[in-house]
Amino acid sequence: MGWSGDACIVGIAERPSERKFHGTPTLTIEQWAGLAADALTDAGIDPEAVDGLVCAGDVAEASLFLPATIAEYCGWPVSFAERVDLGGASAVGMAWRAAAAIELGICEVVVCATVGRPRPPSPATRGPNPRAVFGASSMEWGSPQAEFDVPYGNVAQNCGYAMYAQRYHALYGWDERGRAKIASDQRVSACANPAAAFYGQPITVDDVLASRVIATPLHLLEIVMPCSGGAAFVVTTQDRARDCAHRAVGVAGFGERLTHKTPTYAAEMPRTPVRDASVRAFGMSGLAPADVDMVQLYDCYTITALLTIEDSGFCGEGEGLAFVDSHDLSYRGDFPCNTHGGQLGMGQTGMSGGMSHVLEGVRQIQGRAGERQLRRHDTAYVSGTGGVMSEQGALVLVGG
Amino acid sequence: MSDAAAPMPKPRPLPTPVSQPFWDALRDERVVLQRCDACDRWVYYPRARCPGCLSDQLTWTTVGGLGTVYTFTVAEQPTAPPFADEVPQLLAVVELTEGVRVSTTLVDVDRDALAVGLPVEPVFDHGDDGLTLLRFRPRA
Repeated sequence: MGWSGDACIVGIAERPSERKFHGTPTLTIEQWAGLAADALTDAGIDPEAVDGLVCAGDVAEASLFLPATIAEYCGWPVSFAERVDLGGASAVGMAWRAAAAIELGICEVVVCATVGRPRPPSPATRGPNPRAVFGASSMEWGSPQAEFDVPYGNVAQNCGYAMYAQRYHALYGWDERGRAKIASDQRVSACANPAAAFYGQPITVDDVLASRVIATPLHLLEIVMPCSGGAAFVVTTQDRARDCAHRAVGVAGFGERLTHKTPTYAAEMPRTPVRDASVRAFGMSGLAPADVDMVQLYDCYTITALLTIEDSGFCGEGEGLAFVDSHDLSYRGDFPCNTHGGQLGMGQTGMSGGMSHVLEGVRQIQGRAGERQLRRHDTAYVSGTGGVMSEQGALVLVGG
Repeated sequence: MSDAAAPMPKPRPLPTPVSQPFWDALRDERVVLQRCDACDRWVYYPRARCPGCLSDQLTWTTVGGLGTVYTFTVAEQPTAPPFADEVPQLLAVVELTEGVRVSTTLVDVDRDALAVGLPVEPVFDHGDDGLTLLRFRPRA
């Protein structure tokens, strides 16, 4: 592939997940700049050295020209700027785009950030925000989703993921405890992460299955809880990484695959695009699934993590429930999966929820995970998922 | 959210010049699909070009509208506030005989009878606005 894997993640910043934000609301561009400052401080890099930035679509003060708006606001003339529009796969996409730009020699210090705290109310009066009613579903005229899916009530995320789960079980059997165990094992890790919204609140498989059904077969405790937060990381060259404060975490491999927006039009439910993305990521890195010390898998729902375990090659198709049943997924276990608690345990901090998986991989590899620190922590596999299994990315991270 | 005071109307399809024949046919209680003259692919939803070969030679063809349930969910909580009156929503993806898949809801069915693979037939749900939605029920 001609990929050296030399670009490194060297600094991170993450706001704690809060179900109700207790601070003073700030503009999202202000949050972005604050996260950037903290991640650069963590790395030990002078903000004046920044020459690249990657944002997602979550900065609310501009709908277009977002990278330029951020460059201007932060006072950075940049040689590389990207806005990644991959929903929950954005953070993984940001990491490899930044690493690729660095490998190409376009830039040396790239800040990637996602915001997730509330904004103060605008003094201008506005009508109801359609995003508040229809989630990520498009309501624009001419959008296929608005015309052929939304009128039937096929709206937002819950029903799409539920339909993936329904078909999965119809094909592979009805052991719901396997799905529930993902949530309860990850909660063990959340209980070792003071930044998690569910810190100090363990749950059992029975608790998950006893929680109310939102969309069959998914229960409340299999679905992420929306929270406030924010996250950022800094990517730089191997040369610069030597002078940074923490262990360099190389982006050794990556993959990305997009197939549909609405899962009605997925090629082969319940198979998912991360199949292709993971093969590429592992291939580039020279590692196999069995080689990694941990996995940090996008987990907006239990079914998302389950399908990602299968389609990333950690077990065969249809073997995921048995795999989960025979492994301990907590940070103490033999298959550490989402050692920060995942988004199921952390709470979903908007677009920053997807970034939490990247940051936890970095934190573990750098040996900074505190109570939940893994003993073997040199390599991590990270996934991102946007839409309803619509777009997925994979990273293999390796400590320097 | 904060706009609960003014209930939003249920979202309805807004046909485009390309999709209009599909909605016209549903109003006449027919299901039509586009077929690609270049690669013989069935196309749904309606498009200006074939998803794959990108040919613009697509021919509207009347089909039987029969299919099977590819997957489904029973939403116990509204998927969006305008659908609150439909809870439990019997949301489904139906695979038509031609192989294309359609977002829909199931009607005239006991929720316990729902299953992947259930054979279904079309139900033409005529609205006051002149638009007809394509729903499905178990085949008799």
